[in-house]
Amino acid sequence: MVLIRDFAFQGAQMLLVLLLAPVLTGLVRVVKARLLRRQGPPLLQPYRDLIRLLRKEVVLAHSASWLFRVIPYLVFAGTWVAASLVPTFRSGLLFSWSADLIALIALLGSARFFLALAGLDVGTSFGGIGSSREVMIASLAEPAMLMIVFTVALIAGSTQLSVMAAHMTSGAVGLRVSLGLALLALIMVSIAENARIPIDNPATHLELTMVHEAMVLEYSGRHLALIDLASELKLLFYVSVIACLFIPWGIAPPDGNAGAIAVGAASYVAKLAAGAVLLAVFETSIAKMRVFRVPAFLGAALMLGLLGTLLLFVSGSL
Amino acid sequence: MVTFALFCVVAFLSLSPIAVVLSRSPRASGVVYASCLIIALTLAVVGGMFLIGQPTSRITLPLGLPWLGAHFRVDALSAFFLIVVNLGGAAASLFALGYGQHEHAPERVLSFYPAYLAGMNVVILADDAFSFLVAWEFMSLTSWALVVAHHRERENLQAGYVYLLMAGFGTLALLLAFGLLAGDNGNYLFESVRAAPPSPSVAAIVLVLVLIGAGSKAGVVPLHAWLPLAHPAAPSHVSALMSGVMTKVAVYGFVRIAFDLLGPPVWWWSMPVLAIGGATAVMGVLYALMQHDLKRLLAYHTVENIGIIFIGLGLALAFKAHGMADAAALALTAGLLHVFNHSVFKSLLFFGAGAVLNATGERDMEHLGGLIHRMPQTAFTFLVGCVAISALPPLNGFVSEWLTFQAILLSPQLPSWGLKFLVPAVGALLALSAALAAACFVKAFGITFLGRPRTPAAADARETDSHSLAAMFFLSALCLVAGVLPGIFIDALAPVTNALLGVSMPHQAGLDWLTIVPVAESRSSYNGLLVFVFIVMSGSIAAVAIHRLASDKMRRGPAWDCGYPDSSPATQYTASSFAQPIRRVYGTTVFHAREVGDMPPPGSARPARLTVEIRDLIWDAAYAPIAVFIEYATGRLNVLQFLTIRRYLALVFSALVLLLLVLAIWS
Repeated sequence: MVLIRDFAFQGAQMLLVLLLAPVLTGLVRVVKARLLRRQGPPLLQPYRDLIRLLRKEVVLAHSASWLFRVIPYLVFAGTWVAASLVPTFRSGLLFSWSADLIALIALLGSARFFLALAGLDVGTSFGGIGSSREVMIASLAEPAMLMIVFTVALIAGSTQLSVMAAHMTSGAVGLRVSLGLALLALIMVSIAENARIPIDNPATHLELTMVHEAMVLEYSGRHLALIDLASELKLLFYVSVIACLFIPWGIAPPDGNAGAIAVGAASYVAKLAAGAVLLAVFETSIAKMRVFRVPAFLGAALMLGLLGTLLLFVSGSL
Repeated sequence: MVTFALFCVVAFLSLSPIAVVLSRSPRASGVVYASCLIIALTLAVVGGMFLIGQPTSRITLPLGLPWLGAHFRVDALSAFFLIVVNLGGAAASLFALGYGQHEHAPERVLSFYPAYLAGMNVVILADDAFSFLVAWEFMSLTSWALVVAHHRERENLQAGYVYLLMAGFGTLALLLAFGLLAGDNGNYLFESVRAAPPSPSVAAIVLVLVLIGAGSKAGVVPLHAWLPLAHPAAPSHVSALMSGVMTKVAVYGFVRIAFDLLGPPVWWWSMPVLAIGGATAVMGVLYALMQHDLKRLLAYHTVENIGIIFIGLGLALAFKAHGMADAAALALTAGLLHVFNHSVFKSLLFFGAGAVLNATGERDMEHLGGLIHRMPQTAFTFLVGCVAISALPPLNGFVSEWLTFQAILLSPQLPSWGLKFLVPAVGALLALSAALAAACFVKAFGITFLGRPRTPAAADARETDSHSLAAMFFLSALCLVAGVLPGIFIDALAPVTNALLGVSMPHQAGLDWLTIVPVAESRSSYNGLLVFVFIVMSGSIAAVAIHRLASDKMRRGPAWDCGYPDSSPATQYTASSFAQPIRRVYGTTVFHAREVGDMPPPGSARPARLTVEIRDLIWDAAYAPIAVFIEYATGRLNVLQFLTIRRYLALVFSALVLLLLVLAIWS
């Protein structure tokens, strides 16, 4: 009985992240448009885009290989699995122990690995530029993310997200320098990983500065829909991880009753909305940086993460 | 049991003269490689049986030094390395059954190949310093002969020369190390060294010498210089053995001496090991990213993985010195599991590079491209190898790196301050090298196999033969199995850590759903099988749902490329343009990389040229001065060649007097 209930919760989480991801991106777009005094697209526009793309036929380049057609499914599956294993409204998910935070980061790394390969598959210059810049950004963002994981894991004594969240709510943590550094670094990494301003512009096309959009330029139809959905899920993943690690209040405990779960769901939606608004405000208030300024930005994140870890090696209470 | 293993070694050795006799026959390579395959598989099974539960077995043969004899022994550690060596050897032999057919001068490879396998096995079986060193040198010399097998290429001869020098240097360091270990009474038996470990100060010198000796064979920075020259020069199945297996024999030498013979470690021993491991990991992958020769890229990448292994071993030394037995078992298991994993996927990748070389005659990635269309099966296995080596879940490379990260997370409890500062830095270097490895293999696979063919040779490539494919698919399957069921492999390593540290990681097979956990009280876990199942399930659900409910129509058209597709394959990204952002970020400091643009003057029709200049600072700083010095010294000593007979006699006489004087003063 317990097993069935846990299965149901895990399934609910999988559906929930899938449904919430497009609306999160939609919300960012709406808020950004309003801040620029534009009308902006409707909140549900990402769903319409996805449905329209799914119905269209795929136009495949002559030089595309079988790998090009498999990659959208791999990228989507990897990102979806990663997003489904983050405690959102209820901790103690049935399968959350199957991958800790290091494994989730590496899972997103797999998705990126394949997406970068897709950029090279057709053999066009735009795909190549996107892939080579993406792996350059990742080569700094991933170690920075791992140092952040180290910092939080050293405090919580585990790399398991549910354990970390439980430890953060337990009141044994308090304010710490290392956690502050980790939060700052995590926000920087999240911005880079999700191809947001100032690293990359999600709304641009036909610019030599673009990274993510250049990489997926040859995709169309259902393949493009899956890749778009995957990047929306990735944004949701990072917002959820920040929420789960740094504002874990409200998440229902594993033995919580219906009321606790309702509170958990409501607080989760509120956290997502707050994240979207903050992201939109940040994006409108800053200009995009040159691509070779990115290493300095991400190098700072890496150093912040390393500093956080180092502080914890020196003293467990910092 | 060890007798049986030695019989197998004798069988390897006897294959060499048979190969010489047969070499003119067209069936020679088939006979030799098939026999090697069978013998190697047998030895791997022997190793497996030992690991499962056979007691230690030993034998003394009346060979070698008359007062010592040759001692051989199999314990858990050597059994594990027997498996690694012979699994790699079997796969290489299977691959060579097809690949070896294309050899121009098979007799130059066939006679040395079995002897090389025998040499590596004897290193692992040896139980006294003399047999160990003889086997070590035998392994070096046979592999040198294989490196210069294609002797008509000038590069290879130079690679062989550098290799021979470095191998001799490494053996010298090991010789001195064993000399110190043997103590005053000169007892070279491992048993007696173990019974009377050296004093800590002597042991520290031994450790440094072993780091130089075994480290130069394994390819740690800055002693790696020979490796990227020699490994690619050999025929591809031998490259696979050298990169995937021989570096592991060197790791065996390090583990045997540092963990078994040196006695209880002092905490600061781990500092040089960790520092070298971290530096090796990052430098190796950065070098690899700068290459456009596929086999050289793979060879440099071996350097990176050796770094990861040494990080694990260094952590194990630190934990052992501080009495944190469980953490030491975790770190040692991580290092040894990476030994196994790397031997599997590096062999696989070298086989793929060999298949490509065979099909196109090219090792330079700038001349390849689009091979996924012409060689789909090779491409698939190579992709599996790339994902595994980039430490991406759910394949095996991730498991050993995950265990290493978990070991790092246990290290704040180490009391020494030096380690408190070093270990986080090493962790950051490890994370950096993991991310760069993924970039490196996006480049290796993407430029070689994806895109459009850049030359006619790449456009006309044909899929490789069935034996080679069988070897590659076997290793790919091993990558997947070791990735989704890591618990089995971790449990198999328990006897090794038990023998070296007295403890082992918690028994993994008893856990629910085949999950793995690093230490008993830890709350972290990873389950490769479930991750794999989840990805397969959600990917196929998405595929089926979309094809059923939305659209499954597809049509082919020209590439979009923002409306300006160019039909020339030369407009694609190349290996060096792909590496350009990373070269600018890391290379300007590490390699003094410079891009020199050469614009023609106005009115000239000459094309503009962009050249990239990269300097190997380690070579310039450490190797070039030595070469300059030797050049200078030999030039000066050259006069000795042209003396008269009287002067030679005077020289001999004065040397004799000098030596007698020294003796007189000494006593």
